[in-house]
Amino acid sequence: MSKRRGERSTGRKLLVHLLLIVPTALSLLPFLWMLATSFKEPAELLGPMSFWPRKWTFENYVAAWNAAPFARYYINSVIVAACTVALQLVTGALAGYGFARVQMPGRDILFGIILATMMVPSTVTLVPSYLILNKLGWLDTYAALIVPWGATPFSIFLFRQFFRTIPRDLEDAARIDGCSQLGVLWRIVLPLSKPAVLTVATYGWIGSWNDFLWPLVMTDSEHMRTLQVGLRVFTQDAGTRYTLQMAAAAFTIVPILIAYFFVQRQFVEGIARTGLTE
Amino acid sequence: MKRGETIRKRIRGWAGLLYVLPALSILGLFQLAPVVYAAWLSLTDSNLIRPVTNFVGLEQYRRMISDPSFHIALKNTVVYTVGVVFFSALFGLMLAVLLNRKFRGVGLYRTLLFLPVVTATSTAAVVWRWMYAPNPNGLLNRIVALFGMESQRWLLDPDLALPSVMAMSIWQSTGYSMIIFLAGLQNISSTVMEAAKVDGANWWQRLRYITLPLLSPTIFFVLVISVIHSFQAVSQVLVLTGGGPLRRTLVLVYYLYQQAFESFNMAYGAAIAMTLFVILAACTWIQWKVAEKRVHYGE
Repeated sequence: MSKRRGERSTGRKLLVHLLLIVPTALSLLPFLWMLATSFKEPAELLGPMSFWPRKWTFENYVAAWNAAPFARYYINSVIVAACTVALQLVTGALAGYGFARVQMPGRDILFGIILATMMVPSTVTLVPSYLILNKLGWLDTYAALIVPWGATPFSIFLFRQFFRTIPRDLEDAARIDGCSQLGVLWRIVLPLSKPAVLTVATYGWIGSWNDFLWPLVMTDSEHMRTLQVGLRVFTQDAGTRYTLQMAAAAFTIVPILIAYFFVQRQFVEGIARTGLTE
Repeated sequence: MKRGETIRKRIRGWAGLLYVLPALSILGLFQLAPVVYAAWLSLTDSNLIRPVTNFVGLEQYRRMISDPSFHIALKNTVVYTVGVVFFSALFGLMLAVLLNRKFRGVGLYRTLLFLPVVTATSTAAVVWRWMYAPNPNGLLNRIVALFGMESQRWLLDPDLALPSVMAMSIWQSTGYSMIIFLAGLQNISSTVMEAAKVDGANWWQRLRYITLPLLSPTIFFVLVISVIHSFQAVSQVLVLTGGGPLRRTLVLVYYLYQQAFESFNMAYGAAIAMTLFVILAACTWIQWKVAEKRVHYGE
């Protein structure tokens, strides 16, 4: 009896693995194909093809990197993502703390307004934002890529919810010891809120790094392009030289994939909890 | 003394606003003001090339109603949305049901299946364009050759272009619905399941009569979020097809982009944006209403 049950559960386990391996392979296939192509010699694409390179070469990476100012694109993407995250953390933590703990007139109405902005999709604001940034003289500058994304209702909401779970006694004790309210936020509350900080930073970074339409519209000079826009322009220029395109796609994707593997637990759980991306 | 204290209290109250001021000014200037501004723009003839802007009333909307490209874009967007939402929700649900148990390697499957979601759409599209290469050496053509089928032109074929774009989007968004479904499944209490098992319900009966009904709020949430997301698809179209061939992959936001930033017709772009906003706001509103009802009945 127990032996049969054991066999059945082994059989079922095997079935589950079989059912999962096919979709997992399909979701990995484009990444593997990208990597495989990026290490092939260009001539290999013309002849009868094997999935993996017959002869592995690193040449494509060197050629692609030198064919366009990718170093500059990289620096731009890092600057934009880092500043966006920093700004989101500052505005999010301040507003989150304000809504969670500080007395102010019209607090609930203001919080309602913040939540209402969740309903505004970025594709709707594209045209008017372009004109607003034009009037500010920010088009084709870092400011156009950073400031409009410097506050998100998601980060404010997340910080507010997190701060509310921190015991008030801790904060009161610090106040009695002569700490200012801002000091309490900085010295007591934030150090206790590392998961919230990490979640906001991860979302902010990936959202900024992966954004394409916004930087495409808001910049036009080559030295202001982010990695995603630069890759798009490069692949247009490269025509059918797919080995170069895949090498460039690989060095665009790989950093974010490595980062994802480190923070994937927080990231996935953050989505599961809030249902939000970007 | 007392008077001084209330004033000080009041000042401190106003000072509290300083905490929310930075966030409010950014969101106000770049989220709220643009909606009002877009509404105004859509009633003008604003064009980046012409310096003068006139108020023209509902002219842009009138043009939209009689614009065949807008009709095509709306139709394509609806077809795209229905297909992508249906299949990514279906596959996401199936994967979530499989992953909703404890066994070795479950975390690895989850991580790998979620990988397409964190990849930039524009970069993924660069890779997919190469997979769809029309010559016999393209990956997709080699796969169909295994089944004895002829090489296809995929993104260049008017009948296959939209389904090809949709396939990439389904690949990219399945992992997202999977994660939400997984969270929903883990909220279903195991006692109900155990009770059903004791009563002799088999695997299919448990799924059909317990899991799915209890999961229905999550299913609804996934559907609405995916509709909102799919309606705004643009990057994959921009990279894969540029709206072609024969406008077969022209979707709303890509049309908006073309009008506003290639033809510099800001007013018409704003009118398309406002139409999109109304559609998406309606979706959000329905979702809130239904969620409210669910919570009400659930308690």
